[in-house]
Amino acid sequence: MIMQKSANVEVRLPSRLGYEKVAMSTAASVAKLMGFREDRIEDLKTAVAEACINAIEHGNRLNEGLSVGVMLCAGEDSLEVKVMDDGKGLKSLPPKPDIDKKIHGEEDPRGMGMFLIQALVDEAEWVAGGNGKSSYVRLVIRLDSPTE
Amino acid sequence: MQTETKTRMDQLTSPAGHPVTILRFEGDIASTSKEAVLGIYQSLPKATTKIILLDFTKVDYINSSGIALVIQMLIEAANGGQKVYAYGLSPHFTKVFTMVGITKYAGLFPDQNAAMAAL
Repeated sequence: MIMQKSANVEVRLPSRLGYEKVAMSTAASVAKLMGFREDRIEDLKTAVAEACINAIEHGNRLNEGLSVGVMLCAGEDSLEVKVMDDGKGLKSLPPKPDIDKKIHGEEDPRGMGMFLIQALVDEAEWVAGGNGKSSYVRLVIRLDSPTE
Repeated sequence: MQTETKTRMDQLTSPAGHPVTILRFEGDIASTSKEAVLGIYQSLPKATTKIILLDFTKVDYINSSGIALVIQMLIEAANGGQKVYAYGLSPHFTKVFTMVGITKYAGLFPDQNAAMAAL
């Protein structure tokens, strides 16, 4: 089945690590309906998982009283995913991780989530909420990605 | 929600005669996998364990926290004069490991036979 019209799907996740897999599988299902290739679906799954993990850990600070919103908007030739949390958002993007610095103890071994998101989807932007909360990351993956 | 990481250890000898310690992971590799990844690695005797082969054949999900645990292992291995290799990653996670630079410090092989033949 290939979807012909735009469609929206929304998921709300508890701020508990592991629940990013619900968003992953939902995004994969929508992407499959849209006709994305398997390798692009795998890219999307990792990007969505990392966005949700950031929202759970850093945005909502593992506060289970807060939820993470995941909105998927399937268009004709692209899928947009917004992952929303109640954090303040980012002031600036972290630098690209450097494996040599990590191995030599000059950089935290962690901190690769945002790099992976940017590397795996066609567009990624982080938007800070105007009121100091309700921030989101917006991802776009296109059916005819020019990077392929 | 995350599938518990299970780790099994095997000791083999490569065709070239080198002892190889294989850590076989199963399940998810995420922030909850510290003991299953780093704990098991740290329990290996440093003096006699010089080649470590990571088996990801039965791993479906690795997130950035799990990758960080692998990097932490690579840091400790580099400091201890050990070599780490891996096999069994899906094409997607082979791409991800390459993107983050892990392949610079841990050679990847498609399967156990290919790895053992090269070690």
